[in-house]
Amino acid sequence: MHIPEIILFKESYSMSSDDRREFLGGLKDGIPIALGYLSVSFGFGIMAVSGGLSVFAAVLISMTNLTSAGQVAGLTVIAEGGALIEMAVAQFVINLRYSLMSLSLSQKLNNRFTWLSRLAVSFGITDEIFAVASGRSKEVSKQYMAGLISLPWVGWALGTFLGAAAGEILPEKLKAALGIAIYGMFVAIFVPAARKAVGVLAVVLIAVTASCCLRYIPLFDGVSDGFAIIICTALAAAAGALFFPVKQQEGGGEA
Amino acid sequence: MSLRLLIYIAVMAGVTYMVRMLPMMVFRRKIRSQFVQSFLYYVPYAVLGAMTIPAVFYATGSVLSASIGLAAAFILAFFGQSLIVVALAASGAAFIAELVSGWV
Repeated sequence: MHIPEIILFKESYSMSSDDRREFLGGLKDGIPIALGYLSVSFGFGIMAVSGGLSVFAAVLISMTNLTSAGQVAGLTVIAEGGALIEMAVAQFVINLRYSLMSLSLSQKLNNRFTWLSRLAVSFGITDEIFAVASGRSKEVSKQYMAGLISLPWVGWALGTFLGAAAGEILPEKLKAALGIAIYGMFVAIFVPAARKAVGVLAVVLIAVTASCCLRYIPLFDGVSDGFAIIICTALAAAAGALFFPVKQQEGGGEA
Repeated sequence: MSLRLLIYIAVMAGVTYMVRMLPMMVFRRKIRSQFVQSFLYYVPYAVLGAMTIPAVFYATGSVLSASIGLAAAFILAFFGQSLIVVALAASGAAFIAELVSGWV
C-alpha cells in the first residue's frame, strides 16, 4: 500500500519542482524589466506628488494600473478635474494595444491555465512583459508568467513610492529637473523608432502637431487635456494605419 | 484621500484591466484586419508624442531648462541610448540649466 503512495508523492514532488523552476525562470527574466520600471516609475512618482497627489495615492495608482502612458494621462485628467467618462475613454484608447497583446498571448498559454489564472495573468500584460513572454520558443506556464510579472510589478510600485517620497523632500530645483525624467523616457522610446520607420516618424509628427494645435489655438480652448490626448492619438494612429500599414505586427510599441 | 480621487483611480484601473483581461477571456481568434493591427501598432508612439510635446516644456517650471533637457534627451535617444540613460540625462541637463540660469 505504501509504495504507490511514495510514487505518487515523488511524482507530485517532481511536478512542483518543475513549477518552481518555471517560476524562478520567470523571476529571472523579469529582473531587467523591473530595473527599467524602477527608474521610470520614479519619474511618475515625482510627477504625481507635484500634481498634488499623496504618496499613497501615487503608489495605489501604480499598483492597480501598471502602465506608464495611461497613468500619466490619468494624472492629467485628475489634475484638471475632468469627467469620469473622459478618464475611461482616455484609458481605453491609450491602453487598447494591450488587447492585441492579450489576444496574442492567449494563444501561447499552455493547457494548464484555468480561467482564474487567465484573470490573474492578464493583469500583468505590459509591452515589455508581453515581449518577453511571446519571445519564448515554447508555450508559457502560469508559474512562469507569475514569476515574470512579480518583480516588474514590485519595481513599478517601489519606484513610484521612492519618486513620490523623494518629490516631497527634494529641493525644488532638483525636483523640477527630475520632473522631466518621464518625458525623457518617452523620447527614448519614440525617437529611435521614428528613426527606423518612416511610418512611426509620420505618426509622431502628426500627433505632436495636433497636440500643439489643440494647446495653442484659442478655438480649441474648450478641449480638455485628457480629450486632447485621445484626439491626437486616434488621429495620428489612424493616419499611420492608412498611409503606412504595418504587415503582420503582433504587439504594440514599448510604452 | 478624497472619495473623488478614489473613484478616478477605480475607473482608471477598471478600464485598464478590462482592456487587458477581456480579450484573453473572451476572444480566442486573432485580429486579421491590417488597418486595426497597424492602428494598434502606432498608438503608443502617437500617445507618447502627443503627451510629450508641448507638455514637456512646462515640466521643469522654466521653458529654457526644459528645452535643454529635451534637447539632451533627443540627441541621446537618436544615438540609441537606453531609457534610463536618456531619462537621467534629460534631468541632469535641465538641472544644470536651472543652476546656471540661477547664477546668471
